[in-house]
Amino acid sequence: MAEESNLQYQNSVQTDEGKKTGIISYGAGNIFSLTAALERQNIPFGMIYSPEEFDQYDRYIIPGVGHAGAAMQKLEESRMIEKIKSTSKPVLGICVGMQLLTDFSEEGNAHLLSIAPLRTRHFDETLQIKVPHTGWNKVCSQFENELFNDIKDGTYFYFVHSYFIEFNPTFTLAFADYGVKFSAALKKNNFYGVQFHPEKSGEAGEKILKNFSEL
Amino acid sequence: MTNHSYNYNQSAAPQASERENDLPQADHFPAISGGLAKRIIPCLDVKDGRTVKGVNFVDLRDAGDPVELAWQYSQQGADELVFLDITATHERRKTMVELVKAVARQVNIPFTIGGGINEIADADILLNAGADKISINSAAVRSPELVNELANAFGKQFVVVAVDTKNINGKNLVHLNGGRIPTDIETKKWIKEVEERGAGEILLTSMDHDGTKGGFDNTLLKKINDSISIPLIASGGAGSEQHFIDVFKLTNVDAALAASVFHYGEILIPDLKAKLKKENIEVRF
Repeated sequence: MAEESNLQYQNSVQTDEGKKTGIISYGAGNIFSLTAALERQNIPFGMIYSPEEFDQYDRYIIPGVGHAGAAMQKLEESRMIEKIKSTSKPVLGICVGMQLLTDFSEEGNAHLLSIAPLRTRHFDETLQIKVPHTGWNKVCSQFENELFNDIKDGTYFYFVHSYFIEFNPTFTLAFADYGVKFSAALKKNNFYGVQFHPEKSGEAGEKILKNFSEL
Repeated sequence: MTNHSYNYNQSAAPQASERENDLPQADHFPAISGGLAKRIIPCLDVKDGRTVKGVNFVDLRDAGDPVELAWQYSQQGADELVFLDITATHERRKTMVELVKAVARQVNIPFTIGGGINEIADADILLNAGADKISINSAAVRSPELVNELANAFGKQFVVVAVDTKNINGKNLVHLNGGRIPTDIETKKWIKEVEERGAGEILLTSMDHDGTKGGFDNTLLKKINDSISIPLIASGGAGSEQHFIDVFKLTNVDAALAASVFHYGEILIPDLKAKLKKENIEVRF
């Protein structure tokens, strides 16, 4: 944590030059920590507020905190759904942003993007677990994948969520166990999602962001 | 994190599916769920943007800089941090926001900020500055509706309710203003109430144990932990590594918080985690 890096953060304003990763800005939650993590990793990024700004980026992050149904509604209002669904560039959904990739969420009984044929469910109270699932949970890989490049199997990532995407042998990229085995990460074609917060998951999380930026 | 490339070999997949079939039924699930680590949380008191309690790390350039200290703790393996802002001036909000922004820029683990959060606007500005959670204490007692409002506005995962408790004539009662002002509110009842109102986590400090270094209040913590279904952070009394082993084994709380034993280097987080792991308590390395 040298003083140089302080300066670097201050200078790291979003210019039009060197933009690569576009963050879908649809009003779902605070993204300060995400942009700070990208800056720490020297990953160039910009914010996308409208469909017209979409095509100038190489890859996309869909952030999201809060209520999945409300997030979906905001995404609809942003008019970016068609762009997202039709892109062949890499897309990474984080937390609720990942849940948006599924068919349906029990949170608000909301119909979502249906990119992956999966359901987002609430942690069952009968599992005798505490909800929200809060803290560092072990993540185990299901398939070899470039998103988890150089990340040891069984690495801990930081989770905070009450709804989870069910485990699926085809689309689950990595899973976690919390009373129930669920999708910690998923992949369908160019679409990736992580339920944990890479921007808060120490060096392992930063590595995920770095790996995504190099896809 | 190591630099070794994990071998995502073929044998991993069949193991995974076997494991799925072997999942125990819900009612047989152990109290300690596999995979979620117990959290170790250093707490930093901050006044006017500077840490107030003495800190004794050899390699600190500026022991009063909360950001540098936070970064050091994240490097040592702290799972999370709590900042308690005790700034009393009207500049408070500004200094808190600056602190939160500076921490969020440089530190890659989650953190909570507490102290002087009295209304939605206070919380909103801290959320946008990068805080993962906010902690409210006296403000919740004075106006319990605040818990509902915060949970509705930002989600319950954002809302930690801190409770200071003291045993008065055999009753555990909630205290305000850092334990100085007693109330007649019974601690367990209050915690159940804030859980219902939407608290996402409880930070429970036993004022009887705080500062004694004689161990956590395991009797009370177990009683509370068994009665709620949101995470509980134990605070007050940590003096040795054994105290952390005890609090996790005896009460099954989700996290343990301490200040001076970490700041003065009496307990080093990597050593503590190694000890906990040896005792089969799941920790993150």
